[in-house]
Amino acid sequence: MDTTFQWRHKHLIGLAELSRQELEFILDTAKGFEEFSARSVKKAPTLRGKVVVNMFFEDSTRTRNSFTLAANRLSADVIEFTKTSSSVNKGETLIDTARNLEAMGVDIVVIRHSAGGAPKLLSRSINACVVNAGDGYHEHPTQGLLDAYTIRQVKGSLDGLTVGIVGDIAHSRVARSNIYVLTKLGAKVIVVGPPTLMPGKIDQLGVRVSHNLDEVIEELDVINMLRIQFERLGGNMFPSVREYSHFFGLTVERVKRAKPNILVMHPGPINRGVEIESEVADGPNSVILQQVSNGVAVRMAVLFLVNQAAALQSENKAGKNENHTN
Amino acid sequence: MTTRILIKNGRLIDPANSVDRITDVLIEGDRVSHIGPVSACDAHIIHAAGKIISPGLIDLHVHFREPGDEEEETIASGSAAAVAGGFTSVVCMPNTNPSIDEATAVEFVHRMGRQARKTFIYVMGAITKERKGQELAEIGLMSQAGAIGFTDDGSGVQDASIMLKAMKYVSMFGRVICQHCQYNSLAGKGVMNAGYQSTVLGLPGIDPLAEEMMLWRDVQLVRKCNCKYHAQHLSTVGSVKIMREAKQMGLPVSCEVSPHHLLLTEDMCRDYDTNYKVNPPLRTKADIEALKQAVKEGLIDALATDHAPHLMSEKELEFLAAPFGIASLECALPLYIKALIEPGVIDWSKMLAMMTCRPAAVIGVDKGRLGLGDRADVTIIDPEAEWTIDANKFISKSRNCPYHGWKVRGRVLNTIVAGEIRYTAAS
Repeated sequence: MDTTFQWRHKHLIGLAELSRQELEFILDTAKGFEEFSARSVKKAPTLRGKVVVNMFFEDSTRTRNSFTLAANRLSADVIEFTKTSSSVNKGETLIDTARNLEAMGVDIVVIRHSAGGAPKLLSRSINACVVNAGDGYHEHPTQGLLDAYTIRQVKGSLDGLTVGIVGDIAHSRVARSNIYVLTKLGAKVIVVGPPTLMPGKIDQLGVRVSHNLDEVIEELDVINMLRIQFERLGGNMFPSVREYSHFFGLTVERVKRAKPNILVMHPGPINRGVEIESEVADGPNSVILQQVSNGVAVRMAVLFLVNQAAALQSENKAGKNENHTN
Repeated sequence: MTTRILIKNGRLIDPANSVDRITDVLIEGDRVSHIGPVSACDAHIIHAAGKIISPGLIDLHVHFREPGDEEEETIASGSAAAVAGGFTSVVCMPNTNPSIDEATAVEFVHRMGRQARKTFIYVMGAITKERKGQELAEIGLMSQAGAIGFTDDGSGVQDASIMLKAMKYVSMFGRVICQHCQYNSLAGKGVMNAGYQSTVLGLPGIDPLAEEMMLWRDVQLVRKCNCKYHAQHLSTVGSVKIMREAKQMGLPVSCEVSPHHLLLTEDMCRDYDTNYKVNPPLRTKADIEALKQAVKEGLIDALATDHAPHLMSEKELEFLAAPFGIASLECALPLYIKALIEPGVIDWSKMLAMMTCRPAAVIGVDKGRLGLGDRADVTIIDPEAEWTIDANKFISKSRNCPYHGWKVRGRVLNTIVAGEIRYTAAS
């Protein structure tokens, strides 16, 4: 771990804007927190006196609990704010809501929102740190980080690995964050799915596109199965669930044809029997629960780093002001 | 006593009459009474050495939000913004609340325009009742009340048979039918161009085909009924190609292009800045190049701002939720200069033609010329003045302007409407 490196971002909006060095620094920091989680008393005073608000405008249990646990372990006070509303433009605006929370003295806002760009908008409008917990189908940076972390944990390094991301790439923030972090850390990425679920010009992100899982399965060191989000998909993206599973589901039979040590991942929650068969999800190649455990360490690292960057920035500001008066 | 205004030693560019020379222009009452050297006379004198004297600029496409959204703009505030931008005539779109879809609404807009006494206000009526695309609005009665064209702008008429009926019906009154070309079934819930940037931002995109397919369909309908048709704010390579072919066939079609489609690309939506959210959406460099080429070939009849004011509080929303639109009336001229004159796409005379006589021809009004005896609508321009666009200084009620902070060249000094100086730039 590079001890001279200084983390400078007080917001974590996406992985697209981070360098390899920065991404590795987060993962290295998370490594420290992973070891910490093995202790009997899992609490550090790092964020004591700081307030973290979980602003969730979309349903989530896993990510929200993971952030809450991460903040608790760092001794922060946590406010849970949940407002699921399908229409984003009704009632109080996002900025007004956030400014009100900020007026109560919030230091870090963790936001999940159905509109891509909502965390970016927040970061422009308030002084608190903003951490993106998933926005529309833009990015889900902590998921991307924990996926990279899990692969690194098992395989040692991402360099030279081939990772398949299978499913609804068009409407997946997980896919996008994964593409950015995995390619920057040296992996080759193949996105697999029907053309109706492929976003335009995705190849320009430096990935290979395939519409045939059987053709690429043997090449893969890692396969990340995305959840088919029935609640988001409008009609006619594919004819039926049965047909989708037939072509893109991860079955026992397909795993048999893959490399014996292929890593099977899924961001959850799983639709058993749709994108992945139960035997595979619970099988020896699956690291799905390991992903969940790692999520806490990664989120501790992120909360820790953004808070540190914010402290550094306010120190610098104070320093400058002093110089001014001299 | 008639008032007299003498404009001295300016470069008169009057594209309709193929005039481009240094001269004096004398205005008496609301008419041009003399062109050529004028010795001392009892008149208000505007010294125009080094300046351009142009027929008053005409903007075919503005949204003044009245009635219904007066907090964003009113006909009075929009009119004042228009003369500050050099426009002596503007055409208000009917997508107000309620829509301008019957004669009294047309009369209302005219009346508010007269009361504002700034720019000359024209109105387009809606093609269909409440702009719903289902039943024809009272096109004949609105024509009699002075509507100079018809459009459901903000959306296109989706149903081909209704569009065909509308074209036939509008042609009975000799008016132009205008279209915001966009098939909703293809545009979906798109908020920006469908392409690389929408993939990165994870935002739903509007494919160029949504525009091109409706334009192509309309051209086929025009072939059938030969009515006068105008395509609003074209934005894609494909649309240019369709328009070129339609004109080669000799069809009575025309089109316009907006400053943002000549200057801005989808990449600028990068930070989810809603000031770049506009419909049709910002496209790519290739589209800009195709539109400029079209301008160069003379395919584009008019430069039109699509001035679409919105409140800051509405634009400070998630990109998905914020309204479409850019306010640009007060800085349009230097934007066109930047897009078309500075890179040498066309010269001043060609550009001013697209802002004067050619848009006048689209809506069939006797304007856009500056010959002897013509109505004295005049815009005086300093082509070299350098300034920085400051949206906070806009006369318009809205600030949703992505050009804020841009350094530009070219400034409107005076705007004269019917022989009255309605705007003078602060010196």
